[in-house]
Amino acid sequence: MAQLLSSPSDLQAARVPRLDKLGIIIAVLVLAAVFFLPFVISRPNRIVAGMALPISGALPALQAIVLYGLIALGSVIGLLRVPSLWRLASSFVVVLSLCLFLGGAANFLTPEGNTVARVSPGAGFWVLVFAFALIAADALVRLRLGPLARIGVLLLVAAAIAAMLWAGVWQNLSILKEYANRGAAFWAEARTHVALAFGSLAVATVIGVPVGILCYRRSSVRAALLPVLNMVQTIPSIALFGLLIAPLAWLAANVPGASAVGISGIGTAPAMIALFAYSLLPIVSNTVIGLDGVDASVKDAARGMGMTDNQVLFGVELPLAFPVILTGIRIVLVQNIGLATIAALIGGGGFGVFVFQGIGQTAMDLVLLGAVPTVALAFVAAVVLDALVELVSPKRVPSA
Amino acid sequence: MTPGAIVRLAILILLLAFLLAPQSFAPVFAPLTRFGAPPIYNQGSLLDITLSHLWITFLATLASTIVAVGLSILVTRPFGKEFLSLSRSLANVGQTFPPVAVLALAVPVLGFGTEPTLIALFLYGLLPIFENALTGLTNVPRDVDEAARGMGMTGWQRLVGVELPLALPVILSGIRVAAVISLATATIGSTVAARTLGEVIIAGLTTSNTAFVLQGGLIVGILAVLLSDALSALERLLARRAGLTRRAEA
Repeated sequence: MAQLLSSPSDLQAARVPRLDKLGIIIAVLVLAAVFFLPFVISRPNRIVAGMALPISGALPALQAIVLYGLIALGSVIGLLRVPSLWRLASSFVVVLSLCLFLGGAANFLTPEGNTVARVSPGAGFWVLVFAFALIAADALVRLRLGPLARIGVLLLVAAAIAAMLWAGVWQNLSILKEYANRGAAFWAEARTHVALAFGSLAVATVIGVPVGILCYRRSSVRAALLPVLNMVQTIPSIALFGLLIAPLAWLAANVPGASAVGISGIGTAPAMIALFAYSLLPIVSNTVIGLDGVDASVKDAARGMGMTDNQVLFGVELPLAFPVILTGIRIVLVQNIGLATIAALIGGGGFGVFVFQGIGQTAMDLVLLGAVPTVALAFVAAVVLDALVELVSPKRVPSA
Repeated sequence: MTPGAIVRLAILILLLAFLLAPQSFAPVFAPLTRFGAPPIYNQGSLLDITLSHLWITFLATLASTIVAVGLSILVTRPFGKEFLSLSRSLANVGQTFPPVAVLALAVPVLGFGTEPTLIALFLYGLLPIFENALTGLTNVPRDVDEAARGMGMTGWQRLVGVELPLALPVILSGIRVAAVISLATATIGSTVAARTLGEVIIAGLTTSNTAFVLQGGLIVGILAVLLSDALSALERLLARRAGLTRRAEA
């Protein structure tokens, strides 16, 4: 199937052996990464400067040769105009082996029983992963996978990562040593992070959709409210968190019972309120846009059938506007997962705790422990919700 | 002048007055301090910090604009067509990266200071501008494009004389998004030792001085809103000039 879909360019390639343009860029990147950038950084402890090692210095000779060979093979397949599915499979295998050999390098370089030595991925590793992920992304774009297939690919990648974590492939890698030191804190902050991002989204959806319906029906409300929400959206997160501290501290000090229910100047309360405020605009405005976009003839037909205003709203308008509202929810979720990181600065918890602690201690592995799950969470949320939006959207003729 | 414009002008004047003579506002902030803490930020001139913050935002946004518009032109020409769909989805996926994460990940590579902040802001700013420039350059109405070809314009003439002017309002909208994100992320940049208004807020947080937090937050918030409004106004002006509003109404 895939071969058939990408056939025009492949047929051309069979007659005229031209190289893939993206493949040429990738090959240059790979050469630079292999020869000029360190594969891993090895350090006697977590904060001192480290030693940069290429693949040949980071692995036993035989393993290094195998990895060089796999990288070379992957680059050649990237250069040739072979069917997208082949390119996807080969780049997936190369990324997987890079990950496995990274763990191998950490095991090889860490002396037996030494708990202070740190081996972290170097720039060369990241560039190589990026280069082959780019080939995979290109192949995925060309394959034009449907929403369910994309979620399937995501599950496959997640399963591969989970399996490697479970098997302890990376146990000697610096980021997992940071995790080993604070496993309980990691999951507590993870729960806070998810609660902040999803909790503010849930409240904003429950309030935002009715407000959006009100804006849709009364243009005076729309004209008054949307500019205000738009302005809130432009205020930088840390400034908004900060601006909420003073009024909330005042509330906690002056309203009896306020501090008992968890309202205080710093902590989760201002973070939650700020994230909620940021979430309102995309949800309200997408509700309005979605309802506006419902075909007038459909509404007329529904009224002609004798439906009341509320029946039209719940039976016709909201279902038709749902994909657009869901797009608003996607924007909010991805945005809030990122913004929740900042909550750590005002004592609100979340993965940001590790990011800012790490920056404070110049311990970059700790920064990664906070940043990598945040990025992964945002990425997964985006892929899943994009797929959902596509699933609930009415089928269109695919455009070129 | 509309009431909105008068309010904005008044806020701008108030902001300038505060930056030029912060001490005269001390009585306003004094009730927020405790134990005789200073009501006005005293570890550097607020004006200097604000200018440094704006300068970092400006440099990063300018660099992102040049590179992103250049790249978008490349991938919309015939020889770059192969990269069009990939780069479109990369720009889309890249924006799921939280700006803070980009900043945090720049530190291991570049160390502390203004440079990692600048690079992180530059990298992140590329995405919205690139995405909007692609939209603008690929959505030139077919009849306009055909008319330009019919007049015998070369590819370069069409780009400079037709495609870019028509895409300009959309590109500017991307620049606005990038500039607002840069201004916000630059604030976080003070945690990696960039000289920005974040240091006022963070100094207030670490010493429990709400006055510092409030003045830092107010300056950044007002700057962001004014910047976004000014760029939106410019966008509308350019859109009118490009005749896009009339087209939309027709």
